[in-house]
Amino acid sequence: MPTSPPTDDGRSFQEWYEERMENTIAGLLRAGVLLSAFVVIAGAVLYLGAHPLARVSYRSFAGEPEHLRDVHGIVRSAFSGQARSLMQLGLLLLIATPVARVVFSILAFAMEGDRMYVIFTLVVLSVLLYSLFGSFLFA
Amino acid sequence: MAGLWQTMWLNVLEFTFLVWSGSLMAGFLGALTGLGGGVVLVPLLTIFFHVDLHYAIGASLVSVIATSSGSAAAYVKEGFSNIRIGMFLEIATTLGALLGAYLTAKVPASAIAIIFGLMLMYSAYVSRRTRPRTSIEKGPDPLATRLKMNGTFPDTSGIRSYNVYGVPAGFSIMFGAGALSGLLGVGSGALKVVAMDQVMKIPFKVSTTTSNFMIGVTAAASAGIYLSRGYIDPALAMPVMLGVLIGSLLGTRVLVKTQTKQLRLIFSVVIVLLGIEMLLKGFTGEF
Repeated sequence: MPTSPPTDDGRSFQEWYEERMENTIAGLLRAGVLLSAFVVIAGAVLYLGAHPLARVSYRSFAGEPEHLRDVHGIVRSAFSGQARSLMQLGLLLLIATPVARVVFSILAFAMEGDRMYVIFTLVVLSVLLYSLFGSFLFA
Repeated sequence: MAGLWQTMWLNVLEFTFLVWSGSLMAGFLGALTGLGGGVVLVPLLTIFFHVDLHYAIGASLVSVIATSSGSAAAYVKEGFSNIRIGMFLEIATTLGALLGAYLTAKVPASAIAIIFGLMLMYSAYVSRRTRPRTSIEKGPDPLATRLKMNGTFPDTSGIRSYNVYGVPAGFSIMFGAGALSGLLGVGSGALKVVAMDQVMKIPFKVSTTTSNFMIGVTAAASAGIYLSRGYIDPALAMPVMLGVLIGSLLGTRVLVKTQTKQLRLIFSVVIVLLGIEMLLKGFTGEF
């Protein structure tokens, strides 16, 4: 548990503790976005350098190839050095950032002994994990 | 204007740079006016760059996560957001987002364009309206108290406490906001704020910052499904996400210093015009 809270501003320990928790979460989110932007930029440099003058059109929907559609495929093809996969990995890290935030919130609520909110947060986490890993059920 | 690039094919460098610049502007104006940049991204990509609606929605959704997470740090420092309200309502928004993302594949593109157009008009309307707020003298709501939602926030006159009401109604609207977010690839911040500010009687500042906090988690819930459907194209989402992120970070920096009233009006007009264009395209079946 954190050390003694300030008492001069008339706020309770819970409020003080929660502000600390929110600051940590904000830092986590910023770090996630920065990391993801860095990976996306690295992929972009490779991508733009490889075929800068090719013609592009997104007018008709073809869908992405299989290896850019799931966590496993993206990670594997990104580490084999493909530019588009590397950018996709950056975007995947971006998507994972709010998920990490939810995981952190579970820990924070648990440390506070707030069982009700641990359960609420677990529900949110399972929806997110279902979307990321279980969406083949929709296909 | 809409036909500018109709017959012209851009190369990768030109396309990436133009999309990046447009997204930067959208992110900047969205943050500066508080209207959110996400709402204009899909019209920008589909109308001006002739991007397929599904790719546009995918790229937009990804950048919504970036702005929500990127600006959270700035908001949290001010101590306005209420993490319990946010987390509880995220149950509704994430479930709604799953439904919305599922519907993108079932609903015809023209119908999505029409819903999008209506949503744009609604956002512009909400931003122009002055909200009459009668201060409530009621005692605390039992359900909100049970859920530990009542809180405090810093005001000019010190720490102010507030009570939360209308939890079931707010929760239901949040489900709808999540579904819209998943269907259209937007943050649907306007609707989230209405649910909290108008229905749940949460102070405006707390509503907007908590809404911003919720947007990222809501969007992540549909992003997984978008990904598995192949809606997220890395080469398109890259300039959109980087542009919006940088633009919105710049926008929040100057937010405090500039008089934004005029700018809000102009941006609202732009949003309405884009809304009309989306409606027309939807009705004429151009998507």
